[in-house]
Amino acid sequence: MSWEAVIGLETHVELSTESKMFCGCPARFESEPNTNVCPVCLGLPGALPVPNREAINRIMRIGLALNCSITRQPVFHRKNYFYADLPKNYQISQFDLPVCVDGFLEVGGTDPGRVGIERVHQEEDTGKSTHMGGDGRISGAEYSLLDFNRSGVPLVEIVTRPDLRSAAQARAYGQELKLLVEALGVSDARLEEGSIRFDANVSVRSGPEAPLGTKVEIKNMNSFRSLERAVTYEIGRQTHLLSQEGTVVMETRHWDEEAGATRGGRVKEGSSDYRYFPDPDLVPMEIDPAWESHIRASLPELPAARRTRYEQMGVDPTMAATLVAGESGLAGLFEEAVNLGAGPSQAANWVTGEVVAALRKASINSVTETGLTGSALAELLEMIGQGKLSGSAAREVLTGVIAGEGGSGQVAAARDLIQISDTEMLAEVIEEVLAAHPDEFSRLQGGEQKLVGFLVGQVMRRTRGKADPKLAGALIAERSSAR
Amino acid sequence: MWTVFCEPWAGRVTKQTPVNLPSVSVEIDIAHVARLARLDLSEEDLDTYGRQCQELLEHVARIQAIDTTGISSTSHPLPLTNRFREDEVTTESGLGRQDVLDQAPDTEGPYFRVPPALEED
Amino acid sequence: MSIPSIVEAARALREGSITSVGLARQVLYRIAMVEAQLHAFLTVDTDGLMAGAEEADQAFAEGRDIGPLQGIPIALKDNLTTRNLETTAGSKILSGYVPPYDATVVKRLRQAGALIVGKTNLDEFAMGSSTENSAFGPTRNPWNTDRVPGGSSGGSAAAVAAGMSLGGLGSDTGGSIRQPASLCGVVGVKPTYGTVSRYGLIAFASSLDQIGPITHTVADAVLLLEVIGAPDPLDSTSYPHEMEPVGARLGRGLEGIRVGVASQLGGAEAVEPDVEAAFFQMVSAMERAGATTLEVDLPSTEQGLSAYYLIAPAECSANLARFDGVRYGLRVNGDTTEQMMSRSRADGFGPEVTRRVLLGTFALSAGYHEAFYGQAQKVRTLIREDLARAYRQCDVLVSPTSPTTAFRLGDRTDNPLAMYMSDVLTIPSNLAGHPAANIPIGLDRHDLPIGFQVMAPALEEALMFQVASAVEELAGFDTTVPFDPSHGLRGGVR
Repeated sequence: MSWEAVIGLETHVELSTESKMFCGCPARFESEPNTNVCPVCLGLPGALPVPNREAINRIMRIGLALNCSITRQPVFHRKNYFYADLPKNYQISQFDLPVCVDGFLEVGGTDPGRVGIERVHQEEDTGKSTHMGGDGRISGAEYSLLDFNRSGVPLVEIVTRPDLRSAAQARAYGQELKLLVEALGVSDARLEEGSIRFDANVSVRSGPEAPLGTKVEIKNMNSFRSLERAVTYEIGRQTHLLSQEGTVVMETRHWDEEAGATRGGRVKEGSSDYRYFPDPDLVPMEIDPAWESHIRASLPELPAARRTRYEQMGVDPTMAATLVAGESGLAGLFEEAVNLGAGPSQAANWVTGEVVAALRKASINSVTETGLTGSALAELLEMIGQGKLSGSAAREVLTGVIAGEGGSGQVAAARDLIQISDTEMLAEVIEEVLAAHPDEFSRLQGGEQKLVGFLVGQVMRRTRGKADPKLAGALIAERSSAR
Repeated sequence: MWTVFCEPWAGRVTKQTPVNLPSVSVEIDIAHVARLARLDLSEEDLDTYGRQCQELLEHVARIQAIDTTGISSTSHPLPLTNRFREDEVTTESGLGRQDVLDQAPDTEGPYFRVPPALEED
Repeated sequence: MSIPSIVEAARALREGSITSVGLARQVLYRIAMVEAQLHAFLTVDTDGLMAGAEEADQAFAEGRDIGPLQGIPIALKDNLTTRNLETTAGSKILSGYVPPYDATVVKRLRQAGALIVGKTNLDEFAMGSSTENSAFGPTRNPWNTDRVPGGSSGGSAAAVAAGMSLGGLGSDTGGSIRQPASLCGVVGVKPTYGTVSRYGLIAFASSLDQIGPITHTVADAVLLLEVIGAPDPLDSTSYPHEMEPVGARLGRGLEGIRVGVASQLGGAEAVEPDVEAAFFQMVSAMERAGATTLEVDLPSTEQGLSAYYLIAPAECSANLARFDGVRYGLRVNGDTTEQMMSRSRADGFGPEVTRRVLLGTFALSAGYHEAFYGQAQKVRTLIREDLARAYRQCDVLVSPTSPTTAFRLGDRTDNPLAMYMSDVLTIPSNLAGHPAANIPIGLDRHDLPIGFQVMAPALEEALMFQVASAVEELAGFDTTVPFDPSHGLRGGVR
């Protein structure tokens, strides 16, 4: 039997607004525990929520970028469940009328395709629990400590349709979504800090036409690598179970990075009963077409469009993808250099190759912290094109530019790296070399072509490496054939 | 059809016969409901509350017989929409940490402290 | 020595014929005389009151006048949060809880110069119609201490009626201001939903709750409402627009006013004969004073009680979820968070609250949501439509406020349904979000006050007060509780 995995992802994105979703507490700053709190986000008796307009703007940006329709009258519901870090013991979220519905995201990678987006809804984050004692995991803990600074930070949940079929696809979707959110400027989108979090719903069935299997929710994956590993593991676990004629239990499992396995919790008695109802503390929203078009008009170029544009400029698709996925300064550098006349293919090559390598070597995180600008790069590429710099000289110039020594021409001159690519000047040196090595020259004339290399070497020695070796070789070859 | 009355008013108003809607039987798994509501009640209390809730629900459940096809629900008494705040940090409603922790039954350092959770939700 | 109305006191204070300290002493003297019998207060802030009164007198002496309530003692229902003053909502689960912030209405009262006498008793979390559901013991009716003061704002109504405060604030979810005002013979007003901020009101049912004044006179209610009613950026359900000043039409009488009497309300089966008689006498008096009266049909209001007893418990089941022993209030320890929460809540909530939380949880739960909560919200729409239709024919609606006068303590505690019937005439205004007022109009054969309810369309407070003050004048009812200094209040309990 050929088993098929069916995967859906739920992604929580913390918005990087200044204030929280329903109160004026700071949403962004790392602070001492329980200091960024007020009666509202602490759930004190009598406190009331007032929604943050900017959060709604931002979820609309996300939804429109994901090709969703905007709901005209979205509603906030109360999702009722008790948990110590949920101050009101209900979360203000959305139920049947989320802000955005029915979109899709095109995903590339080895198995490209369109992933359906079921809904994008707005909610509020919970506080943070730290489980103390035992081994730090939730089971076996002796007690928990609660910090409510994160409570009420605006959170957007993006739910896919069960369109993914492999762990690699899940990872590719996750990466593309992260790029999108970054491009929109709505979130810090840092996995390791939890500002973007992925949960996966995984089930396995006996074939593409078979009914869906029992689904298991996996949580606690805080890198793309662990997302891929966890989904791979879970598909394997379920496939193994089913091949042994066992059954998959509907449950939530946690990814254990160290063990490389998902772990089951306590099996829930039936599904949760969240008793959703419209939050009577909030009035309905009304998103008119004007508001929607205003947001639509403010959308930046999205990653997919940018990749296509780069490819149309002649950039290799892999490199285009690398540029779009890379640190934003690199793409900026590329675009600026191209605007100043650099060839797109060569510029992309340099940015994704030499520039990245040089930054890594210098342990620099962002190109924007360095002296390397688009104009310096364009100048460097122009000098290479004119034959003024050898490959190694160009790399040296780049190092100097990054170190802040000045523009490319300035660094090349200061470090004395400009090649002798003047034909007349080189011809003089060649005559001297030929005169010093008449024997080798006559053997070359006799057909021993490998002696060009030897003679070029002599030219390089005389010019202390500054001659353009290509040009020198050509001139010597020309001289030997012109009897 | 609008009857305007002259005095004396007393006794002149039409006594309405209450509309008799059929009573509806309701099954409540009161232990499950108590668990959902996080109420640790004794068997005896569960019995009493179960019976009372049953009676009340059977009374109020009569509204199920009312024809509400095409009727939208009221979730807010005034027709207000789009009440937002701007994205600004306001410190005036913020609380000092002492204010925050003062009323807590149990704390440790700057944190609230609770017994361990059974499962992550 | 009778307690002045707020309007009289405010004038006398400015004329210098009385002092705020004198007023505060008078109020504290009353408290000393009758509070032991009534138990209207959960907290009396004697020091705060006296200090505030001295400050107010100082301000008057220096010619500073910060607001219309400067130097006036006001009592607050104990579900309004007060900074640094214990606030319990009548519940064991909040016993000892000291809020770090003031409710918006409390802020506004303070800004207008009012002095806080203390926090008044209530049915736990405002759930009840007799104030017998308070975790701290019942309040008694100052007209007869064998009787309940009504509820849930029974403490505020009793305190005002007995002269232990010049005015008070209550909250009204299904009649919790008007019904106790009716039973205690004072004026009580539930304003249009959204016109008074709920920020800092410990929520019972958010879509129904509204804060309002309890006073001796209609003019006093107008004055208090002018102070507390304004848009509030902290309450997104608060009405953000200007409305006609609520007192704009006081004194215009009844000429040309069309008064609707709902057959379902005026002649409801459960209305006591004395109440019905007094009510119709007043309707006739209104006609004589120039009003047109007509009967209107409100068929859906019959189902108001049912809709209410689904919507209010559903909302309360979520609103009260925050009382979990984690951040404040009572904690009963357990081995796990869940056990700790479940024990704290079971121990902290009284029977009525527990019952409604269970009822509401069930009404919202999977499989029943549409049949109960969903249907109730639609019936609510039908009631609004009924009222809208009625208001095309008439300007205001009138009814008795409560089908009965004050009943005896313990009479209805074993029969939740009978207790719920106390609110049958007041609930429609909450469901529709409309304003409504109780005006005392007389006494029944047991010398217990009878209340008259004036209801108006949303945001028509000015019209409602115009009619209410005309009714007040027609009734000429003396709201002073009979008090014999040597025997105290009437009733069996001393």
